[in-house]
Amino acid sequence: MAYLEGMQDIGSEIMDEVLAARAEFDYAKFSKFDVLKAIEKDELSVRDFGALLSPAAAEFIEDMAQIAQAKTRAKFGNNINIFTPLYISNHCDNHCVYCGFSLHNNIKRAKLDESQLRVELENIKKTNLEEILILTGESQRSSVEYIGKSCKIAREYFKVIGVEIYPLNVDEYAYLHECGVDYVNVYQETYNLEKYKKIHLQGTKRVFPYRFNAQERALMGGMRGVCFAALLGLDDFRKDAFATGLHAHLISQKYPHAEIGLSCPRLRPIINNSRINPRDVHEKELLQVIMAYRLFMPFASITVSTRERAGFRDNAIKIAATKLSAGVSVGIGGHSEKTGDDQFEIDDIRSVDEVCKSVKDSGFYPLMSEYIYV
Amino acid sequence: MKDSFILGDKEFSSRFILGSGKFDPSLIDACIKEANTQIITLALRRVGESRVENILNYIPKNITILPNTSGARNADEAVRIARLSRELGCGDFIKLEVIRDSKYLFPDNNETLKATETLAKEGFVVLAYMYPDLNFARDLVNAGVASVMPLASPIGSNQGLVMKRMIEILVSEIKTPIIVDAGIGRPSQACEAMEMGCAAVMANTAIATSSDIVMMARAFKNAIVAGREGYLAGFGSVKSKASASSPLTGFLRD
Repeated sequence: MAYLEGMQDIGSEIMDEVLAARAEFDYAKFSKFDVLKAIEKDELSVRDFGALLSPAAAEFIEDMAQIAQAKTRAKFGNNINIFTPLYISNHCDNHCVYCGFSLHNNIKRAKLDESQLRVELENIKKTNLEEILILTGESQRSSVEYIGKSCKIAREYFKVIGVEIYPLNVDEYAYLHECGVDYVNVYQETYNLEKYKKIHLQGTKRVFPYRFNAQERALMGGMRGVCFAALLGLDDFRKDAFATGLHAHLISQKYPHAEIGLSCPRLRPIINNSRINPRDVHEKELLQVIMAYRLFMPFASITVSTRERAGFRDNAIKIAATKLSAGVSVGIGGHSEKTGDDQFEIDDIRSVDEVCKSVKDSGFYPLMSEYIYV
Repeated sequence: MKDSFILGDKEFSSRFILGSGKFDPSLIDACIKEANTQIITLALRRVGESRVENILNYIPKNITILPNTSGARNADEAVRIARLSRELGCGDFIKLEVIRDSKYLFPDNNETLKATETLAKEGFVVLAYMYPDLNFARDLVNAGVASVMPLASPIGSNQGLVMKRMIEILVSEIKTPIIVDAGIGRPSQACEAMEMGCAAVMANTAIATSSDIVMMARAFKNAIVAGREGYLAGFGSVKSKASASSPLTGFLRD
């Protein structure tokens, strides 16, 4: 779908390159030899990255784990970043068939006012966290000004603020950066254009290229970091993981100063549709994706969310993951008095203390913040 | 014989500096006890990281903290971090790190020079992380740097002295202490850097990622001492042909 009025077109060339590469990516053609060659390299090419995502790499999952672990420790040491998401509104103007916040899903809607927001922030602060990710549904009922004001208030309590909201123009990202936001998550969901059209049936989210270029606009607006993800299970997960990694890689090349993050969400059940599942993306496939990301981009932070069970997350940090959410609620008011329903079902319901204890018990250091605002 | 080196108004006998990038209390403890470390770098962005953990609590009072400007992407940000460090009571020492490359973490020499010029004028003891380049090192010296810190290879890579020849040139041409910073992965590489005449070696990953941190810290100390003593003793020349220690022509009379 073409850009709508008010959507800034920055004329980036990256989307065409990613989509063309995704279309050509035939993972069935990779052999064991291709995988072994890729594993041995310090600097992986895009083709090597593709090999690690192929079915041929499945039997080398232990070899990949050993190398991923070494690369992760060399770059990040024993530090594991801990944060929590804070949903401030679940109003949404989009109809996305897989999402609990979808316009046509009959759930309880809410939006935090300033006093409710402060109660939430104060309660989260008691857990000793220093990093918070502000999330909204994608609705104009959560205006940029409302989000900015919320972030400014959040900065009174926390050192690090990220946002996961609808895509914005450069000047709007610059405004949020002034409000204290330093990183932006925008997830493309799937990089298959045809599939994208079929599952995004209403709302501005249908404009694929505007969403695709959001990270670049965020960096142009002064943000320090950007995070990428496909929602694994929506479409062919190997192709989507390949496109996600390539998207992040090309942004990293164009903006070398950018701090790159990758997330690996799998589909989860939602209110009124408990049958939604990640299909062929089992834990083994998910770990393969995570490790391929690590080998291709040793410098990128990798988040494993509470969509995954505690046991998986506890072991993923030993291999490649560097960032965990904790004490999570995906509804509105979940840290005080819940007023709005959840976006999806979470699996790991542990508190911040429990997650930190588990991190420490594994010999790691739960890091609350390593940002400095200047 | 006393063999120390001076930075600012301080004298140090240990030539092993611990980087704190992969901060770990056990690493700090091992390096102080086993490697006699007297200087530990500290990323300002890790100070006050949480209300329950404070990295400063793990560093004994007799250790010199070398705050770094990790996170700065340009001279302006580095200068502001340095000033913040001073305000926080971390003193006048500052390790300049200006990095605009999240992948290899290579320093930006141009921005580093700008920041050095400003901070040296403000009385900071500036140790500048730099990409080895002779002309640039001279510029840093003219700007008032206290130490030039060339990378040996990409930070955290354990690749060792990839930039060896360039560092040798710096050591021979620059009178300011040269401290090798980044990429040293083995005690033998630290030893080699000291044999070249570097004033000190900074390491972190090599020890942090070892399976025996305590033993590796001790190995680094011994290697650095051996390399330094070898440098001070002076090496014999290397010849391409054999040179008999008992000459065959020693029987000749005048």
